[in-house]
Amino acid sequence: MSTHPLKQTGSPALHPSWFREGAMASWPICFGYIPIGLALGVLANQAEIPFWAVAMMSILVFAGSAQFICVAMITAGASIWGIIFTTFVVNLRHFLMSSSVAVHLNGLSRSFLSLFAYGITDESFAVNMTHFRKGNWDHKRAITVNQLANTTWVMSTVCGALLGQFIPRGAFGTDYALTAMFLALLLFQLHNIVYVLTGVAALGIGVAWYLIIPGDSYIIGASISAATLGYFFKRFREKQK
Amino acid sequence: MSFFDYLFLFTGMGIVTYIPRWLPLFFLAQRDLPKWLIDWLSLIPVAILCALLAPILFTDQASRSLELGKPEFLVAIPTLLFAVKTKNLGGTVLVGMGLYWLAGLLGLQ
Repeated sequence: MSTHPLKQTGSPALHPSWFREGAMASWPICFGYIPIGLALGVLANQAEIPFWAVAMMSILVFAGSAQFICVAMITAGASIWGIIFTTFVVNLRHFLMSSSVAVHLNGLSRSFLSLFAYGITDESFAVNMTHFRKGNWDHKRAITVNQLANTTWVMSTVCGALLGQFIPRGAFGTDYALTAMFLALLLFQLHNIVYVLTGVAALGIGVAWYLIIPGDSYIIGASISAATLGYFFKRFREKQK
Repeated sequence: MSFFDYLFLFTGMGIVTYIPRWLPLFFLAQRDLPKWLIDWLSLIPVAILCALLAPILFTDQASRSLELGKPEFLVAIPTLLFAVKTKNLGGTVLVGMGLYWLAGLLGLQ
């Protein structure tokens, strides 16, 4: 694995407690994954998918929403190719996240990048980008976040499949853990008026798109439209100065 | 389904999930990107977070219709205020969960 530093200007000297700091940053994700992973395992159990298949799915796919859809489609008797195609469409949004995080992983080895790509999810992306922006973050801390979240996900889905019906759903507000995390991460990203307007645009377009167009295209559709609007607003603002 | 049916299905799902995660990282991180692209990409996190939150906060996801003032949204307001005050991610998650749990006890869900 490459040891050379990131091509970041002005990043502080990072001391070697990368694992501890990565773990500290990942706990809100893990906390949110446990109830969702358990729920997925329970549903898979009800769909008569064996626990080893749940483990296989969580390791090979590692994408929460697509895995829920897969279980629902298996229950409904969908074809294997139908499930694979749906998974592709649902997970296309990671293309944007991968592009965005690439800016911060400039110059790292291709084997590291290929490993890192496996762990890009909505949650790890949002947490890592927040830390990269602050400047006190590097690739080791970022991949620690990815892989701890991955481990938690695999374990909680398998536990859900094994323990199934004994676990009450949504106890202590756990259903809200990831929503609260997204809210906080969103707030930390609002550096100036350009970001605020981009967010407002994404909320508005996202709701309208979600209501009008079936499926999950609203995530990609609203993100690209809002970021483009925000970009032109930024250009307009710079010209005014 | 047999072991090999599952293996085939999940390998297929895994490949189509991995490629969009891998392609941009593999090809973009090796070169210096133009400034307009960096500027545009820097707005992507905010845009994606809001796009993900939009239906959770403002719609009924079972019937896929507009729903204003749902508990997810009402709980979001004090949760955001806590995040503004403390800048603490873990604390915000716990406060959000606690308030949502409380909303459930009060019969708001």
